[in-house]
Amino acid sequence: MRVRAWLGLAAFIGALACVLGVGAVPASAQTGGERVTGVFRFEGQPVEGIKVTVTTEAGQPAGTATSDAQGRWTVELPGPGRYKVELDKESLPEGVTLRDPDRTSLIVPVAPQQRRAVLFPLGESTRKTQSTGERAIQLTVEGLRFGLILALASIGLSLIFGTTGLTNFAHGELITLGGMIAFYFNVTVGMHLIIAALITIVVCGALGWLQDKVLWAQLRRRGTGLIAMMIVSIGLSIFLRYVFLYLFGGETRSYADYSTQTSLSLGPVSLAPRDFWSMAIATIMLLLVGYVLLRTRMGKATRAVSDNPSLAAASGIDVERVIRLVWISGAALAALAGVLLGIAQQINFQMGFQVLLLIFAAVTLGGLGTAFGALVGSLIVGLFIQLSTLVIAPELKSVGALAILIVILLVRPQGILGRRERVG
Amino acid sequence: MDWGQIISNALRSIVGLEAVIYGLAAIGLNMHFGYTGLLNFGQAAFLAVAAYGLAISVSIAGLPFWVGILAGLAGAVVLALLLGAPTLRLRADYLAIVTIAAAEIFRLVVRSATLRDQTGGSSGLPGGFAPFAEGFYDLNPFGPGEYGFGPFRFSERPFWALVVGWTLVVLSCLVIFLLMRSPWGRVVKAIREDEDAVRSLGKNVYAYKMQSLIIGGLIGALAGFIFALGRASVQPDLYGTELTFFAYTVLILGGAARVFGPVVGAMIFWCLLSLTDNILFQAIDAGYIPTWLMDSNQVGQVRFMVVGLALMLLMIFRPQGIFGDKREIALDAR
Repeated sequence: MRVRAWLGLAAFIGALACVLGVGAVPASAQTGGERVTGVFRFEGQPVEGIKVTVTTEAGQPAGTATSDAQGRWTVELPGPGRYKVELDKESLPEGVTLRDPDRTSLIVPVAPQQRRAVLFPLGESTRKTQSTGERAIQLTVEGLRFGLILALASIGLSLIFGTTGLTNFAHGELITLGGMIAFYFNVTVGMHLIIAALITIVVCGALGWLQDKVLWAQLRRRGTGLIAMMIVSIGLSIFLRYVFLYLFGGETRSYADYSTQTSLSLGPVSLAPRDFWSMAIATIMLLLVGYVLLRTRMGKATRAVSDNPSLAAASGIDVERVIRLVWISGAALAALAGVLLGIAQQINFQMGFQVLLLIFAAVTLGGLGTAFGALVGSLIVGLFIQLSTLVIAPELKSVGALAILIVILLVRPQGILGRRERVG
Repeated sequence: MDWGQIISNALRSIVGLEAVIYGLAAIGLNMHFGYTGLLNFGQAAFLAVAAYGLAISVSIAGLPFWVGILAGLAGAVVLALLLGAPTLRLRADYLAIVTIAAAEIFRLVVRSATLRDQTGGSSGLPGGFAPFAEGFYDLNPFGPGEYGFGPFRFSERPFWALVVGWTLVVLSCLVIFLLMRSPWGRVVKAIREDEDAVRSLGKNVYAYKMQSLIIGGLIGALAGFIFALGRASVQPDLYGTELTFFAYTVLILGGAARVFGPVVGAMIFWCLLSLTDNILFQAIDAGYIPTWLMDSNQVGQVRFMVVGLALMLLMIFRPQGIFGDKREIALDAR
């Protein structure tokens, strides 16, 4: 029996390698002397023909370059030192503008053998005057979008916790897996993203079933403790994350469809159509999950197992079957979250891991183990993250969400929808 | 393939700085997880707080070296109080989630551009600009030259760091050993076994847990000092969650709830990692591994896969590690 389990695990990893392997691009080694380099992109498209002039700090010319068809430019430098990099505004094509019109020259230090990347962001000026109220509405909608995506992933995590007691640190990798398998079918195979996403959900559901069968079901049968299982899930998370890095590479890539869209303005809110669709899809899926949990026999059985596994088993519910279904649906929902997250912020080997702690925050906030708590918690975390950028720097927005996680544990450890029971 | 080189590198990593750093971090975790049953997933934060406490007070504020050390230790105590206050009364997995979140909060805050003047932002604080590490190397009694024998030859600066590091490891082990023989240690171990029973004996479980968190955190802080001084720089992304989980792997490999478990674990861990790294590098150089399968950039990634897999397999098949006692491993959620 154990041999079969290990064969299964090997098959799972092998399948993963096959699925992702074709998407891998070998990184090319770069050697050579000092240079400054950069890429011009405007609304996702490379811009050709922009002139860049580099001079030493003393004013000696060091070289010029013009961006090529990929938007790339490179200037070889005579040696390390401080250089002034200047963009020729006249060479900008019609309609292409600098995000900050005054930022046309930069002074950069270049270390020995360094390939110094210099960025001139192109795009609409971000210094558009927008009232705080309008900004708040825009951020609320963006927060809802992020919260809905988080909710897809956190319901799975919460149900798995509720039915098996496992705090699954490898749940983030289920999200990444979804994003990557969709990338494989969309970009490498060349299917349309919607078809790719549907296949991804089915594949990931199957992989969720497989993961439960070869790993977690075996551990439950052995009577492994919950903390031991949690540490196993951490090992699995590290392992899978670096398998993704190995196969996919460290860069961030986007899907072939819907990556460039002009945003749509509805009153004060301006979002790309893909974002509205993401929100609609996520909402429909969440309503569906809610319906299944509340109205169907299977959903009632799931909630019963969440409540008290022994009592559920005694009343004739097949607990293992419920757990299997929870794993399948949890993995499928996480995969959908991965695809939507990939559309919203591109695909990277640690995209799932980066939101894992936010998912934990959402699940704890709503109440560990309650599906609707996870939904409420996710929306709050999503909104909080976006709205907090009104007062704190955007790079610190996740910090705020993690900080409320700690605060909520101080005042209401059972979470918003959790029952008042002893959690100590 | 140059097997002499591979083996000598592996031998060096047995006593190397990584073994010291992860050994100390794991000794701290042993106090938390092995003896008290506290699931601290934020050990990286204790290292980071100490390293930044030292670097900021010396390099930015211009204080003397020893004040920097005190600041780092004080930082670790404050962090332990902050983490413990909300969570030590709750179930084990809450502490896990809060500590990992706190570690990430600390890392994200110190690497943010807003604080670049104080913390150096994402590039951290190099010792070269305002050399906080020089205060440490000024104390070096060893003159320029090479010390040691055979494969274990180090120049004076790493040698000094190693001497101090291993002294701290031995002292920490001694402290743990003495504490665990004392009545205090017996209470702490009893808390791991059955918290309610200890409470019914009239012991203040919360206070004992908090003391354990502080002691383990202080030992983690020592690891942070050695990490910062050995590299003569502090970089935020070195204090990510991977550091904590590497330390867990070290602890579980050696055997939790054993005084020398984490130390032996760290030695074996880094020796094995050095072996796999070097063998893979040389195999790629020699062309035994085709480049479409793996290039030298990917060797570092294989290391993480090996650690992840090792952590899983150890936890499944041998949770007591090499020297541990299965009856002494706290693996049930409470």
